[in-house]
Amino acid sequence: MTGTLGKDLLGLESLTGDQIRLILDTAEPFKEISERAIKKVPALRGSTIVNLFFENSTRTRISFEFAEKRLSADTVNVSATGSSVSKGETLVDTARNLEAMRIDMVVIRHSASGAAKFLADRIQSNVINAGDGTHEHPTQGLLDILTLRDRFGDLKGRRVCICGDILHSRVARSNIWGLTKLGADVAVCGPRSLLPNAIDEFGVRIFDRIEEAIDWAEALNVLRLQFERMTAGYIPSAREYNRVFGISRERLDRAQRDILILHPGPMNRGVEIDSDVADGPHSVILDQVTNGVAVRMAVLYLLAGGKPELAEAAKGGGEAGRGGRRGRRGGGGDRE
Amino acid sequence: MKPVLLSGGTLVDPSQKLNEPGDLLLIDGEIAGVGGSIEGPEDAEVIDCDGLIVSPGFIDVHCHLREPGREDVETIATGARAAAAGGFTAVCAMPNTDPVTDNQAAVGFIVRQAQRAAAARVYPIGAISLGQEGRVLAEFGEMVGAGAVAVSDDGKPVASAQLMRTALEYARTFRIPVIDHCEEPTLSEGGAMNEGIVSAQLGLKGIPAEAEEIMVIRDILLSRLTGGHVHLAHISTEGSVELIRWGKERGINVTAEACPHHLSLTDESVRGYDTNAKMNPPLRAAGDVEALCEAVKDGTIDLIATDHAPHHYDEKEREFADAPNGIVGLETALAVIVTNLVEKGDLTFSELVDRMACAPARIFKLPGGSLKRGAAADVTVFDPKLRWKVDPARFLSKGRNSPYSGMTLVGRAACTIVAGSVVYESGIPVRTRERQGRGSR
Repeated sequence: MTGTLGKDLLGLESLTGDQIRLILDTAEPFKEISERAIKKVPALRGSTIVNLFFENSTRTRISFEFAEKRLSADTVNVSATGSSVSKGETLVDTARNLEAMRIDMVVIRHSASGAAKFLADRIQSNVINAGDGTHEHPTQGLLDILTLRDRFGDLKGRRVCICGDILHSRVARSNIWGLTKLGADVAVCGPRSLLPNAIDEFGVRIFDRIEEAIDWAEALNVLRLQFERMTAGYIPSAREYNRVFGISRERLDRAQRDILILHPGPMNRGVEIDSDVADGPHSVILDQVTNGVAVRMAVLYLLAGGKPELAEAAKGGGEAGRGGRRGRRGGGGDRE
Repeated sequence: MKPVLLSGGTLVDPSQKLNEPGDLLLIDGEIAGVGGSIEGPEDAEVIDCDGLIVSPGFIDVHCHLREPGREDVETIATGARAAAAGGFTAVCAMPNTDPVTDNQAAVGFIVRQAQRAAAARVYPIGAISLGQEGRVLAEFGEMVGAGAVAVSDDGKPVASAQLMRTALEYARTFRIPVIDHCEEPTLSEGGAMNEGIVSAQLGLKGIPAEAEEIMVIRDILLSRLTGGHVHLAHISTEGSVELIRWGKERGINVTAEACPHHLSLTDESVRGYDTNAKMNPPLRAAGDVEALCEAVKDGTIDLIATDHAPHHYDEKEREFADAPNGIVGLETALAVIVTNLVEKGDLTFSELVDRMACAPARIFKLPGGSLKRGAAADVTVFDPKLRWKVDPARFLSKGRNSPYSGMTLVGRAACTIVAGSVVYESGIPVRTRERQGRGSR
């Protein structure tokens, strides 16, 4: 059956504000599970999930794996190196072979934009996008938003600026869609060579100077600067980037008010963010990581057909939340 | 060869300002009689063209027939049959084959394969540079001697302005156009679609309109410098149209083509990562489509060409950024133009016939393009009102990669005649066409 989110989670662009709020609300009770001594509930017992990672990832893969295991799913990790992918197998063949083994869900990370949708259109299993090229990284967007919500409550009218390489960032796109849908006031700041030319049409504010962004913002989501951007000639050097766009204690102090600092990781200390900011009192970077597991549990649970109002009960130990999990495969109606 | 009498149709031939009901008689591969009611010879084959338009045969100056090298995706024979099914009596084959068509033997091979196919005529286009590598000029003279009608490095832009200059100068001796695929390669590198809001949202690297426009104005200026005839392939942007208009106003020897897909689709088609919406130049914005349609109407864009580019199913069935560029177009071109331009009042049937038949013959100095007495009997008969649903599985081309799959379009070739011989007839028997047509609506 199709849950309240549909068959797949491919991006935040296609979700409504209510669907995003549903995921965040569902994540709340799951947060507590990770605080227990026995960090496990049976909500997805018997489900098989494949984590299909065509790109290197440590944080996201581990976070998904913990989320799956804490819901009692059986998980298999497949990475591109050492698999049939490195022998030239196509994405569609990889997917069909996995599905032939009767799996329930695929979490996919791939370097090509659209890869998650490509997969979702071709297999019946639920597909979760764990980052596709420079397109979207919806669970990262959700965990960023959950972290902001923990501090701000309602995000309506809250001023959030995403800083850095917007052009190549899937995190930025998911954040822009998600925050905008929840009514936040969103801005971007970075060198123009790392902003999409069509950024004006995104409906966000644009700051050319980081000082202006800091003057305006209540929270900064600081993106990682990929070093290949320098070799590709988008910006001259990491040193200059730090001097012009780096988030330093000194720059933040000038604002004379508290500004929340987020970073999706992994950080380049001394490049896009200085250590005393990353480790400072207003940094919520580690809260993001903690929330990542809860948000991913919520997404897995909801896609598997779990009823949101029963998440609390599922947490309690029963399997009450697993409405309609069985028989799902039979219905061609899964496809949207 | 039996004489053919095309009876009861509407003759549309802008080369003699003809647009009225009348018969057409073909004898010995030539037009023997045109207009009015013609009493054909006893042995003539009579084709009832009631409700149909009879026009000079369509000529596609830009297609990729893949032979030699990729006979698994298209051959000269299948391409020539697909062309005939689309109403084309002749096509020009681009030289980006494997090996590249860059010498007289390779050109001769295409001519021979086309004769064997006995469908639409196929005119080879030779490469500008050996191996299309952009360095050493190919032997234009020998290629023209073997049957080449133009030169192009299509698929690859001519990056070197000096090579383009030399090609334009050298081509003057042989009175052939130099066709350029306008793309500034450093700006377009890695690009998978039009640069704009859609590419920004999809996270796909964009190709800005300026990558085309920079080369358009370069080529126009080099044509002014050399006096050579430059023909600009598959123009896709509003800016290019303005630059071409600028060149033509100054009497510069520039001509240009546009493709049916650039006249009907925008980059919105890429949402969903459909690789059948991936081609180069990419589908552009709505404003570009509008400007191109106007330019086809006012003649700034001289002609319509398909850029027919078949690919194997597996090659398109993959991640968008990694999929090859190109779509098939021979069997949908007429219908796409009728549906998107004629039906909307942006183009008359006379103008359609000019841009698809007369202008290509005139600009590339090819036989056909006219129904005047004595002209080559290359004739297209088409139903201007027939509605049909595009089903790529029914294409005669080996290619199935069409963005129009499943769409209902208007207008379809009924009969295609090359040198007085019928090379294609639609499945519907001509005499019962009207009833059948009504039934399918």
